[in-house]
Amino acid sequence: MSAIDYNEKIPNNVNLSEDRALQRALEHWQPNYLQWWQEMGPDGSQNFDVYLRTAINTTPEGWAQFGHVKMPDYRWGIFLNAPEADRRVNFGEHKGEAAWQEVPGEHRANLRRIIVTQGDTEPASVEQQRHLGLTCPSQYDLRNLFQINVEEGRHLWAMVYLLHKYFGRDGREEAEALLYRNSGSQDNPRILQAFNEETPDWLAFYMFTYFTDRDGKFQLCALAESGFDPLSRTCRFMLTEEAHHMFVGESGVSRTIQRTCEVMKQHNIEDPEQLRQLGVIDLPILQRYLNFHFSVTIDLFGADQSSNAATFYATGLKGRFEETKRDDDHQLKGDHYKILEVQGDKLVEREVPMLNALNEVLRDDYIKDSIAGIGRWNKVIEKAGLSFRLQAPHKAFNRHIGSFAGLRVSPQGQVISEAEWQTNVRQWLPTEEDRVYVASLMGRVVEPGKMANWIAPPPIGINRQPINFDYVRFN
Amino acid sequence: MSATDAELIRQHLIDPEVCIRCNTCEDTCPIDAISHDDRNYVVDPSICNGCNACLPPCPTGSIDNWRTVPKSAAYSVLEQFSWDELPEQQAVDSADILAHAQAELPTQHNAALSITSMVAPQSAAQPSVNLYDVKQPLRATVAGNFRLTEVDAESDIRHIVLDFGQSHFPVLEGQSIGIIPPGTDDAGRPHYLRLYSVASPRNGERPGYNNLSLTVKRVLLDHDGLSVRGVASNYLCDLQKGDTVQVTGPYGAHYLMPNHAGSNIIMICTGTGAAPMRAMTEYRRRLMVQGTPVDGKLMLFFGARRSGELPYFGPLRKLPASFIDIHLAFSRAEGEPKTYVQDQLRSSAVAVANALRADTYIYICGVKGMEAGVMDALRDICDGAGLDWAATHTRMLGEGRFHVETY
Repeated sequence: MSAIDYNEKIPNNVNLSEDRALQRALEHWQPNYLQWWQEMGPDGSQNFDVYLRTAINTTPEGWAQFGHVKMPDYRWGIFLNAPEADRRVNFGEHKGEAAWQEVPGEHRANLRRIIVTQGDTEPASVEQQRHLGLTCPSQYDLRNLFQINVEEGRHLWAMVYLLHKYFGRDGREEAEALLYRNSGSQDNPRILQAFNEETPDWLAFYMFTYFTDRDGKFQLCALAESGFDPLSRTCRFMLTEEAHHMFVGESGVSRTIQRTCEVMKQHNIEDPEQLRQLGVIDLPILQRYLNFHFSVTIDLFGADQSSNAATFYATGLKGRFEETKRDDDHQLKGDHYKILEVQGDKLVEREVPMLNALNEVLRDDYIKDSIAGIGRWNKVIEKAGLSFRLQAPHKAFNRHIGSFAGLRVSPQGQVISEAEWQTNVRQWLPTEEDRVYVASLMGRVVEPGKMANWIAPPPIGINRQPINFDYVRFN
Repeated sequence: MSATDAELIRQHLIDPEVCIRCNTCEDTCPIDAISHDDRNYVVDPSICNGCNACLPPCPTGSIDNWRTVPKSAAYSVLEQFSWDELPEQQAVDSADILAHAQAELPTQHNAALSITSMVAPQSAAQPSVNLYDVKQPLRATVAGNFRLTEVDAESDIRHIVLDFGQSHFPVLEGQSIGIIPPGTDDAGRPHYLRLYSVASPRNGERPGYNNLSLTVKRVLLDHDGLSVRGVASNYLCDLQKGDTVQVTGPYGAHYLMPNHAGSNIIMICTGTGAAPMRAMTEYRRRLMVQGTPVDGKLMLFFGARRSGELPYFGPLRKLPASFIDIHLAFSRAEGEPKTYVQDQLRSSAVAVANALRADTYIYICGVKGMEAGVMDALRDICDGAGLDWAATHTRMLGEGRFHVETY
């Protein structure tokens, strides 16, 4: 059992106290982290007691311990999944070798880059979401937001641990820089563009946690396959936490749909204008938000053809989603993959070497997973007896990275002119009016068990607590 | 209908309407009982052993669904793949359920004559049960064996600490574990297992350690006062540090404490019935020490013959009155009238009645003989305070607030 010593300044299951130099380095980083949390963490929340889940070890029983905690006192720590005996590198040129417990010198720069890019997203999302607590639709949702925030903070710790432990001085400098970049900052923005976008309202937050945290899931799954064992074990544990974040997104959108459908049925209306009079979010707005978040998120997987992706795979640094469950040679040298590209005014498939297309492979796996969830949202509409259906837009729609960047493509996948785009874009992407309307619904509801008018209550509370439980005590 | 046809199982199912297909359960399952297709995550009834390892990591609560079904008609994996929602619980013959419940009990019964809640408190943590059985017990190491009663006291009650090393053996306050004494009985059959309530909180006898403690009284007399040497208790009381013990369980999914620290707990016990009370008290005490606000009140009514025979007497006296309201009852204290727990309950009638009106949970544990007196006292307290005892009792039973375990 990997018990965590809470007497130590930094809870961990990595025997931190045995590595004094590392412990000191992290103890030096910790106050900077806490200062960042005070300045950039959830706005106005520092004195709340929040019903949070804290890991005390990484066994199924130990990592989900619930209790009221003041967020600045949350014990951010360093947890790695238990090592797998005799683990091997499972893909690429080093396939079959013992998994690395130290960073191989020749892969050092690439690994550092992978870890920094992943690490940068964690504090970024906390920054993006820092004002949402002021407009929460319920105490239950407020608690879920804070749970996500503290766990993104912990994921930052996870990446900083790897940087400090395995990358010496460079790693320490990168760890500092993770606290100095800020989401949306003009001078010093976060690395990936989706993490510089605002999360202005709770619908955007749910869409973000559904789509963008799901990108996190796929990236973490790919890194959990890494031949660098500490990265793999770190990511495996992070994935367990990430699941809650996607749950908040999926159930949040689902509850929003459910409430809208209730009102549609109750008043027998479908007209968005009339629905807005009744204070719910009409389904076309949901579709536009979906289009935006879907397209922005799939950009995160990078260019459709990438020699970096090929290198990361061939060198055993980053695998595919469910790499070890796949039945192939895990080398992919002679294999091909069909990617889309534009020829004239058409999108056509072209076969390219699979190694170069691994970003696209991961993106396609992600799209499949995302669409399945959209199907579950449609079940809610179907159950209400309504004919509207939400849809994922075409993967070439509204892209800013890869071969579709700058191209105008409709949500149905037709290449269109700039003029056609301008004529229709207000039906495809959230308009300023949509955003203003959604923002107008964002009043703060914190009475236990009460929900804002635009959202249905959840079916189940957290940790089997009732919906009207005191998830947050405001003191 | 043959015995096999009637065999019921509690089938583990995942609610497809709530599940978000995050794969955490499949990743967590230690025996690969969970799988998925493009539509659903499902549990294979022929593999799942109900270890519950998948429950805490599930972010949605969809994992915690169970249907009692005849084993021969369990929902197959293929059926589950096709679902958009969970099936309703089908009616099952109550005689079958009873037979099933008895078959599930590991040889020892709760001797309680009074009704006990058949549900756990709503806020109770999800217990793990039946991780190890007689066929596959877990080996624990004795980390300590201490006498709790004074040296000159008649009874020898011991505090035994068992360590589970690297093995996963999670317990909650109020749960029991089974101990299999080594060797065979006079007829050459292996000894059957005995149940003991865990006396330590969920995070270990020593916080953060993978251990637990038991409170064991050396049995030298039987219920009728005849001399008999209890097999398991003497085996346990004689254990030395470093010895190993065969353990089964954990058992018990109802006699659990509420997790919300605002709830009040009334504990009524005698002798080694103190074990679950110590576990719950210690859990709350640790919360308090950690700085978690513990608004709920604890009340303890604890009976023994003499103070020297009261397990945990010393540590109890160190707990602040603001944290726990302790009432001791001694039935054989020299020069004092015989006092029983029910007498102490009556003396605290106002406080008890007030608690019964509030967010309160009652736990009774100890010798069978205490039950009638305690139930009478509770009824009288209600009558005196203008509370309808029958209604209060029924409500508490239904809400998982009234738990009785006696032997």
